[in-house]
Amino acid sequence: MIVAVASGKGGTGKTLIATNLFALLSKASYNVNLADCDAEEPNSLIFFKSTKESASEVRQMLPLFEPEACTYCGKCEEYCNYNAIFLLPEKRIFRLIEDLCHGCGACTYACKFDALKETEISLGEVGMYRVNSKSKLVEGRLRVGALTPVPVIKETIKASLDSEIVILDAPPGTSCPFIHTISKADYVLLVTEPTPFGLNDLKLSIQIVRQMEKPFSVIINRAGLGSDDVYKYLKKEKIKISMELQFDKEIAMIYSSGKLVIESRADIYQKFVKLSESIIHN
Amino acid sequence: MEIAIISGKGGTGKSSITAAFASIANNVVLADCDVDAANMHIIMNPTVEEQSVYIAGEKAVIDYSKCNSCRICTEYCRFEAMTISENKVSIDSVNCDGCRLCERVCPVSAISMEKRDKSRMYSGSFRFGKMVFGILYPGEENSGKLVAIVRRKAKEIATLHKIDHILIDSPPGIGCSLISSITGVDKVVIVTEPSMSAFSDLIRTVELVSKFNTELSIVINKSDLCQQITDEIITYCYQNKFKLAGTIKFDPEIVYAMVNCMTINEWKPDSETSNTLKQIYNSIIN
Repeated sequence: MIVAVASGKGGTGKTLIATNLFALLSKASYNVNLADCDAEEPNSLIFFKSTKESASEVRQMLPLFEPEACTYCGKCEEYCNYNAIFLLPEKRIFRLIEDLCHGCGACTYACKFDALKETEISLGEVGMYRVNSKSKLVEGRLRVGALTPVPVIKETIKASLDSEIVILDAPPGTSCPFIHTISKADYVLLVTEPTPFGLNDLKLSIQIVRQMEKPFSVIINRAGLGSDDVYKYLKKEKIKISMELQFDKEIAMIYSSGKLVIESRADIYQKFVKLSESIIHN
Repeated sequence: MEIAIISGKGGTGKSSITAAFASIANNVVLADCDVDAANMHIIMNPTVEEQSVYIAGEKAVIDYSKCNSCRICTEYCRFEAMTISENKVSIDSVNCDGCRLCERVCPVSAISMEKRDKSRMYSGSFRFGKMVFGILYPGEENSGKLVAIVRRKAKEIATLHKIDHILIDSPPGIGCSLISSITGVDKVVIVTEPSMSAFSDLIRTVELVSKFNTELSIVINKSDLCQQITDEIITYCYQNKFKLAGTIKFDPEIVYAMVNCMTINEWKPDSETSNTLKQIYNSIIN
C-alpha cells in the first residue's frame, strides 16, 4: 500500500505527519519505507538515525552540438517544443538554452546530419538509508541549480516500492512534482491548517485528488489557530478528517529540534496509532 | 527595483511578510509568483482589470481510428508516458511532457497534441497599488514559464504607472518556478524559521541564490519558537557575512490578521510585530 502525505500549501506539517507515521509503523515491525519526494528541499532524514546504504545519480540527456556536421537547416529548432534551441543560420550560430531543455531527444531525432549527439547532466541523487531491518528511508535530492525535480521524484518512488507499506512525503504545490507523487499513491492524506491560505490550497489539492480518483482524507494541523471555515467546508463536502493536532508550542519545538513528536508525547503517540489503524484497515 | 521574497521551506510566513511589506511600502506592484498555490489575492482582494489565458504546455492524445499499434512511439518516448496493454498503446497524461516526439515519429499520424489552456494570469488594482497574479490550473505544468510571464507583466505595469518597487511573493523550493522568480531581481529576501528542516533548506536556498548576482537579506520568523536554532542561524549569517535584516517573534495575530483579510500592519499597526516588520523592510530597501 502506498500512502502519500501531501498538501498544496507548504509548511502545513507534511513531514511531521510522514516521519512520525513512518516511525510508528517501523517500530511496530511493519515492512515500511519512507520516500522523501520533496526533492527540492528534502528534510525527512533529519528525524532518523540511519546508515547510508547506497546512492544513485539521476541524469537527464542534453544535445551536444557538432558544428562541423551542421548544415543549419533549422530542423532541430523546429522540432524543439520547449524553445531551447536558438539558431541563426546566416551567422552559423547554434545555441542550446540548457535551462529550457527537457532532454526529450526530439532535436537529435530531427537532425539528419549527425550534428547533434547526446550527453548527460546530473539532476540529483536518490539515496537509500537503512533505519532498521524492516524499514528504509529513500531520499530524493535535487542538485542545487537543477530545474526539474520530477525525474528525481520518479526514481525515488521506484526505489521505495519494495515494501508492504510505502509512505510518500510529497512536495508542496499543485503542479508537476505534486501530481507525479500523488499519481503513484493508493491513498492520500492531505495536511492542512485552519487558515485562509491553508483552506484555499486544500481546495486546490482536493480538486486534483478527486480528478485522479484517489481515496483521501484530511489531517488538520495547528487546530485552534485560525478560523472554523475549513471545518464547515469539509462538512459540506462530506470529507473525512482522519486526525486533528492542536496548535501546541511544545510540538512545534520538538519538531524544530529534529525530534519525533511520538517519542516524547504519549497523547500524540495515541493519535498516530489511531491514524495508522484507520489507514491500514481502510 | 524588484524584490523577491523567498523561502526554501514552505510555511515560514513568506506570504504574510510580503503582504506586510506591501502595506508598509504602499504604492507597489505586487506579483504573486507562487502560481501553484496563489494566496495573496485572498488578503488583498484586488479588482481584476485584465486577464489572459496561459497555455501550460501540451499533452499527446491518440486517435485510435488511425493507430495501428506499431509501437514506434513507445520506443522514442523518454518520459515513460507510453504504455502497452493487450496490444493497445495508451498515453499516461501525468507522465507526458508534451515534447511532441511521438507525434513526429508516428508513421500514420495517429497522435496529435491537446493544449492545456485552463491557467490564467490576472492583473488589477488593490489598496496598496497594482497587483499581478498567476493561477495555474491544478495539475497543469510549466509553472516556471507562468512565473516569468507574471514578472514581465508586473514590470510593464510598474513602468506604465511609474511605480518604483515590485514585490515578488515566490514559490517554495529551489526548482524551476523559484529560479524563474529570482532570475535578474535586484534583491532577494529569504524568510526562514528556527527549525532543523528550515535551516537545512536555508543552506540549500542560499547556495542557489549565490549563483545569481543579487543582494541577499535573511529574516528569521517565529524566532522564539526555538531560540537555540535562531542563534545558530544568526551565527551562520554572521560567519558567511549574510545580511540579517531582522528577527520576528511568533505572533498568532499574524494568523488572525489573515483570517480578517488584512496584513498584520493593518490589523495591529502599533504591535511589536508591525514595528519590527517596518524596521526590517527599511533595512532591506536601504
